[in-house]
Amino acid sequence: MAETAFFIYFAALTLFSSVLTVGLRNPVYCSLALLSTLLHVAGLFVLLQAEFIAALQVIVYAGAVLVLYIFVLMLLNIKTAEDFVHKQVWIALFFGVVLILEILIGLFQSPLFSSSPKTPTQTTPSIGNTAEIGIALFTEYLLPFEIVGIILLGAVIGALVLAKKVPTAS
Amino acid sequence: MIPLTYYVTVSTLMFVVGLMGILIRKNFLIILFAIELMLNAANINLVAFSRHYGEVDGQVISLFIITIAAAEAAVGLAIIIVLFRKKAITNVDELNLMKW
Repeated sequence: MAETAFFIYFAALTLFSSVLTVGLRNPVYCSLALLSTLLHVAGLFVLLQAEFIAALQVIVYAGAVLVLYIFVLMLLNIKTAEDFVHKQVWIALFFGVVLILEILIGLFQSPLFSSSPKTPTQTTPSIGNTAEIGIALFTEYLLPFEIVGIILLGAVIGALVLAKKVPTAS
Repeated sequence: MIPLTYYVTVSTLMFVVGLMGILIRKNFLIILFAIELMLNAANINLVAFSRHYGEVDGQVISLFIITIAAAEAAVGLAIIIVLFRKKAITNVDELNLMKW
């Protein structure tokens, strides 16, 4: 009962904030709406008993990625434009509705959803979510973990090289 | 227990909202925000299926996705900063040359 109430709140606020993120005129308001979206998605993760991913979402996504976006937003001092959507916005929204209906109809026809709701094969885990993820990350997913580290290194080097001011040779 | 279909519906709606954001907005930063929305929708989907099947693999993959999104944000913003140094425009329609 309480879980359903929390789910309705988090899901509704997630969708509402995401619509605001793409729909508001001022980019700073859009970034605040994105912050709200990310925090409510973290709430959805908590409802799914994935507390580690929820904490990671708040710390990394809302706390680092979004702050980086807001830094650049303030640095570039982007003004609110008068025309902020393309002219074909209504065609795009129409096709968006069509796409939603298509995906949902396709999903609900599939045997995954139309079968009788089987109880999920989960028992309350004896170890916490963090330990579960840690065990999987360092045994089965060790190679992707190392590769993601190298990707992060590449991103750091790439961002530095790109944004470095080249001294003009005079 | 919230059924899986609810989470997948939320994920689908958020994904299409992000897709529409990429298609209709002219400001490149809002396009990047919409890309983050799509990545978060995929994350919700992965974690919901992971909890449905009782495995933890979906959550590990969503951890990787969060990390990759951070890396992509850094590099994308570096590109925008370099572009903005040459020409102070924010409209993606006007950023139409390969080299400034």
